Amino acid sequence: MVSKTTLEAIERYKEKSLPYILEIEGIRKEFPGVVALDDVQFRLRPGSVHALMGENGAGKSTLMKIIAGIYTPDRGTIRLRGEEVVLASPLDALEQGIAMIHQELALMDWMTVAENIWIRREPKNALGLIDHRKMTQMTRELFAQLRLKIDPTAQISTLTVAQRQMVEIAKAVSHRSQVLIMDEPTSAITETEVDHLFEIIRDLKARGVAIVYITHKMNELFEIADEFSVFRDGKYVGTHTSTDVTRDDIIRMMVGREITEMFPKEEAEIGDVIMSVENLSLPGTFHGITFDLRRGEILGLAGLVGSGRSNVAEALFGVTPATEGKIRIAGRDVTIASPADAMREGMALLTEDRKATGCFLPLTILENMQIAALHEGHVKLGCVDERGMTNLCLEMKDKLRIKTPNLDERIENLSGGNQQKVLIARWLLTKPKILILDEPTRGIDVGAKAEIHRLISRLAQQGVAVIMISSELPEVLGMSDRIMVMHEGHMTGILDRAEATQVKIMELAAR
Amino acid sequence: MDNVQIEPVKRQRRGLPQELNILLVLVAVALVFEILGWIFQGQSFLMNTRRLTIMILQVSVVGIIAIGVTQVIITGGIDLSSGSVVAMTAMITMSVAQSGDYARAMYPALTDLPVMVPLAVGLGLGLIAGMINGALIALTGIPPFIATLGMMVTARGIAKWYTKGQPISFPTDSFAAIGSGAWPVFIFLAVALIFHIALRYTRYGKFTYAIGANPQAARVSGINVQRHLIKVYAIAGLLAGLAGIVTAARAETAQAGMGMMYELDAIAAAVIGGTSLSGGRGRIFGTVIGTLILGLMMSGFTFLRVDAFYQEIVKGVIIVAAVVADTFRQNARSKKA
Repeated sequence: MVSKTTLEAIERYKEKSLPYILEIEGIRKEFPGVVALDDVQFRLRPGSVHALMGENGAGKSTLMKIIAGIYTPDRGTIRLRGEEVVLASPLDALEQGIAMIHQELALMDWMTVAENIWIRREPKNALGLIDHRKMTQMTRELFAQLRLKIDPTAQISTLTVAQRQMVEIAKAVSHRSQVLIMDEPTSAITETEVDHLFEIIRDLKARGVAIVYITHKMNELFEIADEFSVFRDGKYVGTHTSTDVTRDDIIRMMVGREITEMFPKEEAEIGDVIMSVENLSLPGTFHGITFDLRRGEILGLAGLVGSGRSNVAEALFGVTPATEGKIRIAGRDVTIASPADAMREGMALLTEDRKATGCFLPLTILENMQIAALHEGHVKLGCVDERGMTNLCLEMKDKLRIKTPNLDERIENLSGGNQQKVLIARWLLTKPKILILDEPTRGIDVGAKAEIHRLISRLAQQGVAVIMISSELPEVLGMSDRIMVMHEGHMTGILDRAEATQVKIMELAAR
Repeated sequence: MDNVQIEPVKRQRRGLPQELNILLVLVAVALVFEILGWIFQGQSFLMNTRRLTIMILQVSVVGIIAIGVTQVIITGGIDLSSGSVVAMTAMITMSVAQSGDYARAMYPALTDLPVMVPLAVGLGLGLIAGMINGALIALTGIPPFIATLGMMVTARGIAKWYTKGQPISFPTDSFAAIGSGAWPVFIFLAVALIFHIALRYTRYGKFTYAIGANPQAARVSGINVQRHLIKVYAIAGLLAGLAGIVTAARAETAQAGMGMMYELDAIAAAVIGGTSLSGGRGRIFGTVIGTLILGLMMSGFTFLRVDAFYQEIVKGVIIVAAVVADTFRQNARSKKA
């Protein structure tokens, strides 16, 4: 709940009728070795959705965390409701009327919806014990306001991701927050749920709540945002309303250069079929996946989040094997029951989630890079051939331009882009014939992105067959020879490079 | 801060390698006792070969266990069963190591067997106990804490049931020789050397660290995580079995109460030596030093005539302090990253 002093401040603010509820000026924030924000400004109007735009590393996350009280700026002023404030902690920000909906939702799984919403402010009965009936009633009223259909007594663990998000939003509303920060709220929810979320956001706008919105999805931006501010390399680029610019303008502002130079697809000679997949199914997840993959070909795999793209990749690689269907590699029927089986068939999989299934964070770059290649040799007299392996890894480091002084550095000290390169190097050391890349450029900066694209093209030229999953349509369009589109576990079509357009893919992906 | 790109422009400040730090702690502990020795006892603590020999002999058994436990902790697990496995293997091994000169041998037909027989029985038993631990953890997915707790109670029970609580004595000379003289120390150091090499320089070691650092990523990298975990726990069991053999041979008797709390001393030695309970980090060298630190403290307290009860209290404090220090190190690192 906002504090009493905040309520007074809100009263004063109402009398003043200022154009902005939040004004940020000259903010600077440094982290060891990097300036995350440099003389940044940001102005937020009440009753509006204001999107923060920028490539990864542009500083929007840092700015958001400053607004939420997670970081304190080194320099600059924050004016809330026209008065200069210090946001000392997330709790302090909350009490001053600023709430944040976290990307990784911060709810307690084993408690009920009502308990989560009213935590620290539970209604008490005469004995000073928590009055559950009243708490449930308060939750019902809150949900009725927001037109949410969620059972207040349900345990959080039984809710879908979208429902949890709604609970978080309801919680923020219950705090009577005037500023709401949403970090990629649609990244893990379905289309219909997005529609519902947007309804709620419009509702909040109508009540005068200001929303700071972070998204990577351009389409959403034009649907929901009123204004947006662009950041690049920790600097403020500009603020515009969404009616007076095009999507390309925004990308140009974000990237700071023309987008044409981004996907350097180089023509590769396409050879014979190396893998053919027939009717691959995993009931409940995906069905009837059928395609051929040729040497030197880049097959894009497009579809919305939750369409089963990653599941297909994991099935091909034996992480969660399919239960039906056939996989033939180089003309032979193969059974792939584990990643080890897949690796024996010359496959490699760069997984989607770098932290969860890619990096060994406490280990060094060398240890991270060599692990997959160790399965097929590099062992002398029972011991790993350290010198040979180090040389191979150093070669990879140079080839992929991994920015690190040495290989004994821990991987957790690298930036996202460099971590990703280490993981790609891990698989290249196994000399794969079939390379599956799940979101190879997610969360990495533009420069590293272009380098990875160039690398993928070059691998294809060397005859490697590539399957590339990506949520970024320009990337899929720019890199792929063919594009397979999935929707709710089914293949809805395979498009050739020549005929593929964003519109066609979206039609197949969204149905 | 996930969106902020930090290029590692400058070399990571690493100070002294962790192994050196722990070595310094060992030296510091020794010096403290040396000084206290001169003050309170009027004599040197360190310049007494007999005392140091006894100290090293005493900790060797725990050291052998700790080497197995270190590997288990590196995978992100824990092994609570090793002390009980010591008792179980000591009892059963001793029953097939008895001398024919003894009239009331447990198995009169099985006396004066060649030393290889009790050795194989002891190692085999330890291996089986460890494999059961590993299989339970890897195949059913129950937490290592529970699986090895079960084995801890069960193995202790078997040790008691085997002779209805009676001790077994009178081993053959060749069996007793395993525990005589400095043999326990040699066995400890040989085991330490073997597993130092195995963890640092072989695929077995690299996979062990990888599993502890991130089991999902290890699986996707083609490591058969389940099979490897069974191996690691089996080796820990095997080493507990070896410790049981050494204990029985050294005492020339076996009883069901042997090895009591050794599992905790072993875990303490690993943790004091810098092995992280969250997995992925730890070195055999550190564990060896950790074992010596524990031994030095106990020996030092005895030397200063500190009551045994105080010794346990201090030991408890040291274990917690070591984990707190490790947690601080980790937090400092994650704040930096």
